[in-house]
Amino acid sequence: MMRSLSITPAKCTGCLQCEMACSYENEGVFNPAKSRIKVFVFEHEGRNVPYTCTQCADAWCKNACPTEAIQINAATGAKVINEGLCVGCKVCTIACPFGTVNYNHATGKVIKCDLCGGDPACAKACPTQAITYIDADWTGYDKMRGWAARTDTQSAAQV
Amino acid sequence: MGWHKKVLRVNLTDGSCNAEPLNMQWAAEYLGQRGLATKYLLEEIDPKVDPLSPENKLIIATGPLTGTMASTGGRFSVITKGALTGAIACSNSGGYFGAELKFAGWDMIIFEGRALSPVYLLIKDDSVELLPADDLWGKSVWETDEILHRRHQDPQLRVAAIGQSGEQGVLFACVVNDLHRAAGRSGVGTVMGSKNLKAVAVRGTQGVKVKDPARFMRVVAEKKQILAENAVTGQGLPTYGTQVLMNVINEVGALPTNNAIDVQFNGASKISGEAMHEVRASDGKSNLVANKACFGCTIACGRISKMDQTHYTVVNRPEYWGASGGLEYEAAWALGAATGVDDLEALTFANFICNEQAFDPITFGSTLGAAMELYEMGLISDAETGGTALKFGSAEALTKMAELVGKGEGFGKVLGLGSKRLCEKYGHPELSMSVKGQEFPAYDPRGIQGMGLTYATSNRGACHLRSYTVASEILGIPEKTDPLATEGKAGLVKAFQDATAAVDSTGLCLFTTFAWSLDDFQPQVDAACDGEWSLERLSEVGERIWNMERQFNLAAGFTGKDDTLPKRLLKDAAKTGPAQGRVNGLDQMLPEYYQLRGWDNAGVPTRETLSKLGL
Repeated sequence: MMRSLSITPAKCTGCLQCEMACSYENEGVFNPAKSRIKVFVFEHEGRNVPYTCTQCADAWCKNACPTEAIQINAATGAKVINEGLCVGCKVCTIACPFGTVNYNHATGKVIKCDLCGGDPACAKACPTQAITYIDADWTGYDKMRGWAARTDTQSAAQV
Repeated sequence: MGWHKKVLRVNLTDGSCNAEPLNMQWAAEYLGQRGLATKYLLEEIDPKVDPLSPENKLIIATGPLTGTMASTGGRFSVITKGALTGAIACSNSGGYFGAELKFAGWDMIIFEGRALSPVYLLIKDDSVELLPADDLWGKSVWETDEILHRRHQDPQLRVAAIGQSGEQGVLFACVVNDLHRAAGRSGVGTVMGSKNLKAVAVRGTQGVKVKDPARFMRVVAEKKQILAENAVTGQGLPTYGTQVLMNVINEVGALPTNNAIDVQFNGASKISGEAMHEVRASDGKSNLVANKACFGCTIACGRISKMDQTHYTVVNRPEYWGASGGLEYEAAWALGAATGVDDLEALTFANFICNEQAFDPITFGSTLGAAMELYEMGLISDAETGGTALKFGSAEALTKMAELVGKGEGFGKVLGLGSKRLCEKYGHPELSMSVKGQEFPAYDPRGIQGMGLTYATSNRGACHLRSYTVASEILGIPEKTDPLATEGKAGLVKAFQDATAAVDSTGLCLFTTFAWSLDDFQPQVDAACDGEWSLERLSEVGERIWNMERQFNLAAGFTGKDDTLPKRLLKDAAKTGPAQGRVNGLDQMLPEYYQLRGWDNAGVPTRETLSKLGL
């Protein structure tokens, strides 16, 4: 089964466990500044929104890369940076409509979410299931189920 | 590890900012944060110093687990000699600021001296600058936060600041970070204001490392699971926040009401956590908007609220219509029960003002309660209050006075003295519900006996966060004890005090202790910090810290005579509820407590006790 990250902002409390898990998994250090997922806190609205790469099927970043450094992991569908090929030109950061590919000045390469090879650390660390890793073809399943539960089947049957 | 082993020393008098190595010997003996910074303070200042003089110092300290993935690993403390109390002050806060400071590569900041004119400290990793804050002086915390974000063009900057109350010398001013998290008690913000230090803004990109990362990750995951499965940390606190307690404490007859004249409040349910969930008739929305976690916290007890826009306090004031820090239990009690006010929206507004102008809602509410009693006795006149009738139950009095204290204006200046000085001024010192100059919070010691000993012996003045025996006496954690009994409470208080002192030195949050005992902290500390951290060592560190704080206070001029309670709690019996007819039995607990502590009859640690603890 192909899976994808599913984000439900209403469940996010802004604890940043995901950012620390991401930085630890990828950089070996607790450091949100090095995280590929970011939680945006909209203070005056009381909203916390995690945001990261959605792994576009036809990916702008991949299409724009002049060195073919962005490759698809066939098992996960993740668009993965091949650091050996990346020259740090940043064209992908311009091409990405969502801003989820970013340049890392320390390495001279770009960084983005690679789904941790199929076991995303952010989803595992999230205490509220605001970030889950689920069936890519059924990311709407829980939402559908929620609405289904509210459907008034009894009165419909009476009509 | 867990440390960068780097302290930032800022001399405000000469404007110098210097890095120095963290004293790792002291870190081995006092762990971090509360313990370690108190050791620095005790070594560096004369405890007799005037808290508001340049000779006092102000330390912002993280713990070794601050900025790690341990649940609740975002805590920091502000340590100084308290403006309100003249005792050791250590106020703990969450939010994001503490972790950010650690990420910038600093374990601790020591501020000394006094700037000639207002300044703020800007930290971007290794780059540290003191910058003029003349234009920020007179601004609220919320305005300061916005201006600094705009000026430095960095949305990820974390800001801790004082408001106008701290500038104006309100003696219970806080340091507020991330808009609505506070190092709240004892007037640590007043000390910051006395140094002409308006704010600290920090951005860090260096991260934190621990000793044994793989083991640390395994252990913290295990401990997070315990929090998730516990009824309090996994359900009660996420659903209702600390406000889960309002109805519970009222029912057991331990909710101090109208300046502790009563122990139960008729309006309790109207200002409870449950009430925050209810849909308002006016706008069809609830007061509570969302749960909010501090950095790293998997509990998320924080409340985010929105005001009813038609409430009299905010009509035509859209600056208060946005979501912000909502009522926590202690604030709801102080602003509500202590003053007899049951208007949830008025309480929420007053709480917003406490955050916006950075002052302690516990001391404020309790002081206003005392002023209301004095007013009703005819000792405070309308002329003094500027025409506001300070009657118990008056929401108008509460919100008006909150705004005046916030700005340090009018009668707000008098209230800004705190209840001890206010009641002395009007000739009734016994009406101040305080110990060592600090007001006690939301648990009446007539209904919860252990809290009497807790308040009487707390090193920073009356406080619930020094030994929260409510956990045992009411909630049955770790085991149920009778709240009306005094037997066994001396040992309970000592055990809670020592464990709490250790927890407050880790960088983690005390609220985890509803689910965790010291055994759960131990493997996390051990996997993160240099050396071996056994349970025995952690317990001993806690006891060492408690005795060190005691030494600070004794050197500052406090004696065993200060280990007492307001007369009302010792003489006037509770009128209603399960504790009806009872006073607090402090005299039955205190001698045993001294004995268990290894202190003499005057409350002074014996030579053997000190040497046993390496003090």
